[in-house]
Amino acid sequence: MAQDQANEPARIFDMFRKMLLIRAFEEAAGENFFAGNVRGSVHQYIGEEAIAVGICANLRDDDLLTSYHRGHGHSIAKGADPRAMMLELFGRVGGTSGGKGGSMHIADFSVGMLGANGVIADGCTISVGAAQAIKLLKQDKIIVNFIGDGGINRGPFMEALNWAKVYELPVLFVCENNQIAATTTTKTVTAGDGIAARAESYGIPAVTIDGNDLLLVDRTAAKLISEIRGGGGPRLMQAMTYRLRGHFAHDKALYRAEGEAEAALEHEPVRRAEAWLLEQGISESEITNAKEEAEARIAQYVEDAHNAPWPDLKAAFTDVQDVGAPVPGAGQ
Amino acid sequence: MSEMTYAQAARLGLKEEMDRDPTVWALGEDLGFEGGMAGQYKDLQAEFGTDRIVDTPISEATIMGAAIGGALAGTRPIAEMRFSDFAMCAVDELVNQAAKARYMFGGQARVPMVARMPIGIRGGIAAQHSQSPEAWYTHVPGLVVVTPATPADNRGLLKAAIRCDDPVVYMEHKGLWGASGEVDEGDVEPLPLGVARTVCKGDDLTIVTWAAMVGVAESAAMTLRAMGISVEVIDLRTLWPWDKDAVFHSVRKTGRLLVVHEAVQIGGFGGEISAEVSEHLFEHLKGPVKRMGGARIPIPFSIPLEEAYMISAEQVAEKARSFF
Repeated sequence: MAQDQANEPARIFDMFRKMLLIRAFEEAAGENFFAGNVRGSVHQYIGEEAIAVGICANLRDDDLLTSYHRGHGHSIAKGADPRAMMLELFGRVGGTSGGKGGSMHIADFSVGMLGANGVIADGCTISVGAAQAIKLLKQDKIIVNFIGDGGINRGPFMEALNWAKVYELPVLFVCENNQIAATTTTKTVTAGDGIAARAESYGIPAVTIDGNDLLLVDRTAAKLISEIRGGGGPRLMQAMTYRLRGHFAHDKALYRAEGEAEAALEHEPVRRAEAWLLEQGISESEITNAKEEAEARIAQYVEDAHNAPWPDLKAAFTDVQDVGAPVPGAGQ
Repeated sequence: MSEMTYAQAARLGLKEEMDRDPTVWALGEDLGFEGGMAGQYKDLQAEFGTDRIVDTPISEATIMGAAIGGALAGTRPIAEMRFSDFAMCAVDELVNQAAKARYMFGGQARVPMVARMPIGIRGGIAAQHSQSPEAWYTHVPGLVVVTPATPADNRGLLKAAIRCDDPVVYMEHKGLWGASGEVDEGDVEPLPLGVARTVCKGDDLTIVTWAAMVGVAESAAMTLRAMGISVEVIDLRTLWPWDKDAVFHSVRKTGRLLVVHEAVQIGGFGGEISAEVSEHLFEHLKGPVKRMGGARIPIPFSIPLEEAYMISAEQVAEKARSFF
């Protein structure tokens, strides 16, 4: 324990660097969306970074993770290559999906990241099935399923909670409660006492924590993951947070009360982790260097993405299926 | 050879694949005690345990979604949906996830799963338990669609579906559960997916069909033969991919094509076959391609009303005679 405590600032500083990398990635994703370099939709994770980082710091490389449409942070935290992710956002060769998926379908199976997802709560059912496979294959992995607060009103979420408990599966459900589903305040469309109460009603132990507190997320995740890996069955963590940006990059979030987002800056996770590190004796210059390093890395990836080739047209016809694969240029 | 039913042959095929590969498992409602709607899982839970023959809650979306997750995590699940009508509660998972994971993740993933969803009329189960929506899934890139018509095929095609690395929509016909047929004893290799079976040879007319209509068409062919019309009946076995070579080869010979299916004719897969043959074999055709499918009505309950929907051998023979 003493040794853990001695290592704590260095360990948290590593996690902080990952948060900075996510923040820089998301800022660049947004800028390049507005510059017309990134198409489609970009859902930024700005303001929620402590959750993904605090949880993934407690996972093994072979543990699995499923995400939703706001999946960049989860991917980077799990170890996906942010350069390949940026190339994917630009739709270029070398992207995580070779330019065939884009922002909402980032995945990196080599680090157990089984995919962001464009359909709310579909990751829940996929996760419980992956957990059944883990049991069948007698592995000691676990799977983490990230979901937003908007997802808790979909049937698959509630089905999957029941399912996970019935079979006592090694699943950690993490609800990132940023309190707003797209543009609708979640509590105005949600009956009952909310997410934790729903999990508890199925007999799944649930905790609600401040998801912007990196140290608390880290500690809580360590405990829950250890319980799950020890055969304790599913757990749910509700991590309270705040989405500092709109639902997607081009959402100005005009539905918010004036000053709300500005006030939230005080509680945002990067600033809080930074304050803690300074208290532990990390110097201002070390923090500044870390920020500059993250920004420089991402700037390089953006440049790489600009320079990467577009996919060959033939790629549109590959990886559909083995049996009955499409023939390029033909209706069939 | 031994005689067994369509349901028994499917059970045999599944058992063989579960013996062969410990990563094969099935999940669905009522697989243990009931052994599936037609006994196609009978006693398999006792043999393979509750982790491999999994009794699930009535949660169709999760039966399908869990199969996808299981496939992504290194196993080969069979999602038993009981009725293709119930599988409609899980079309999102099948179409948005299973069919697309490999593509949208740039080839990182495979989804080797079987979505087993019986189709068709089986005597009085009416509008929400009798549909034949096979054409829907042929329209979805990423899916394979299989429609076995005989006991031997239900064993060999199920084995192929389980070994396939693509998600396979496996549509047994409920009206065939009790149908008997010859099945090889001992190990058999899976049947190839996308290869049709010529049920009977003929020179004057090609009938292309699948599932329960195969027997109906065969019966019509016998009637027609007695009348001097030689009919070639082709059982497609799989709708995606469909065996265009076999159909084209036959139509080049006969010059006439009738497509018969139990599913609603409008928007049915017969339209696709008709269009392909008309576009590519027009000069070989002695007349227009014809189709026979169900009326565009929900499947009714009462005996005479249900019969009004169904296609009989007599009706197929009559339609066939209209070519001459």
